[in-house]
Amino acid sequence: MVSERYVFPHKHLLGIQPLSARDITALLDQAQAFEEVCERPNIKIVPALRKKLVVNLFFENSTRTRNSFEIAEKRLSAEIINFDADTSSLNKGETLIDTAMNLQAMHPDLIVMRHSAPGAHALLARHMKASIVNAGDGSHEHPTQALLDAYTLRKKFGRLEGLRVAIVGDIRNSRVVRSNLWLLTRMGARVTLVGPPTLVPQEMQATWPGIRISHDFDAVIPDQDAIMMLRAQFERGTGAYIPGQGEYSRFFQLNPARMKLAKKDAVVLHPGPINRGLEITSDVADGPRSLILDQVTNGVPVRMAVLYLLSHPHGEQVP
Amino acid sequence: MPAAPGPCPVDPCPMDPGQMEATLRRLAAELVARVKPEEEVVLLGIRSRGLPLAERLATLLRTTTGAQVPVGALDITLYRDDLTEMVGSPIVRPTEIPFTLKERTVVLVDDVLYTGRTVRAALDALLDHGRPRRVMLLVLADRSGRELPIQADLAGLRVEIPPGHRVAVRVKEIDGEDGVTVEAC
Repeated sequence: MVSERYVFPHKHLLGIQPLSARDITALLDQAQAFEEVCERPNIKIVPALRKKLVVNLFFENSTRTRNSFEIAEKRLSAEIINFDADTSSLNKGETLIDTAMNLQAMHPDLIVMRHSAPGAHALLARHMKASIVNAGDGSHEHPTQALLDAYTLRKKFGRLEGLRVAIVGDIRNSRVVRSNLWLLTRMGARVTLVGPPTLVPQEMQATWPGIRISHDFDAVIPDQDAIMMLRAQFERGTGAYIPGQGEYSRFFQLNPARMKLAKKDAVVLHPGPINRGLEITSDVADGPRSLILDQVTNGVPVRMAVLYLLSHPHGEQVP
Repeated sequence: MPAAPGPCPVDPCPMDPGQMEATLRRLAAELVARVKPEEEVVLLGIRSRGLPLAERLATLLRTTTGAQVPVGALDITLYRDDLTEMVGSPIVRPTEIPFTLKERTVVLVDDVLYTGRTVRAALDALLDHGRPRRVMLLVLADRSGRELPIQADLAGLRVEIPPGHRVAVRVKEIDGEDGVTVEAC
């Protein structure tokens, strides 16, 4: 547990990259306290963000991430405004800065934003007094997903240090991978990236020295404590890099035959939504070693922790 | 019921480890005298130092009466009335109440009762966990300076001290030693 005197030093959560191991530990510890709130038999709401205004600003569709944030906000007693890009003036040609200035004029305390441009969150952070939470930006970062993955793993294994984690699939197009790499390497986990050569950029080893890259899923499986499957994102262009879905599944699908190669206590994660029968089969996704629904459950207390730690601005902040 | 403690005879009025132990014994005995046999008592220690005190009281109750009294931990951070004005989010510790509060007699345990604001927050927090039959407040030290209409049912020590001073309770589980001192702050 982080010390009682610790103060979260960041005003925004733009990514995992700026966070120290101590900051990550604090976020996970706080999530543990908020999990108790979510598991209560009666009233699953605390007055922590009472009188705070949170704007959910989603420029890309994401029903599950937005729902998870919204539940987290409600459980913290925040006031919530949902701002959907579809219905906004963006369709009338308003720029992101115009939107931001208009929101600023309403004095929100926190803005949860999903945007396809990696720099959009930093841009907003420079123009607004509110704290910005990155709910996913293009293929750059998705910090709350990495935090909930880490929370799920820490809850299962009691630690992250030394844990062997394989991240499998479309590494190239995934923002989840980048946030997870920052987090897992900073916490001392041993990460192997697995996928076809066209979907695993070799240069990632320059950014995260110490990670392994493999194109042989079967050879990697036996050592792993956790296998994190990624969504094959054909809507984001995965298809341009591989010969076909059948070929992809033959080498990189997690199925019962491959699960037989895994350690007895190895677990399966997936950020969702899953492509059943493509990167993972239903019997594995719904099986006893799958933590996929635990990840969804844990998303709420993790996001409560993020919102809570950002909700009290203080003097010596770093971005 | 034993007589309530009078004002502290010395200023500063310390409690050494032996006196603290004796005080907890007396508080356990007073608690037994204050509840009816049919009442189902649970202790809720307010983090941080109320929790080890609650655990010690439960041990004393078990050894003296044989009663198994459940102990829970209550963190009141999220219910503080000054939370929105705080600079930096205070770290929240887990609340652990692995039993129902419904129809129970809840004894809130804390080290020091001062302004009453912590107890106000604790009442809000515990009512979110269930509706007890009644709630009592037990503190090791009850000092002057109340800002809310709240008082202790049982207090190890009742002391008038001027503002600008604090009653410091140390417990060996957290601080490595037991003791109560009055310090200028």
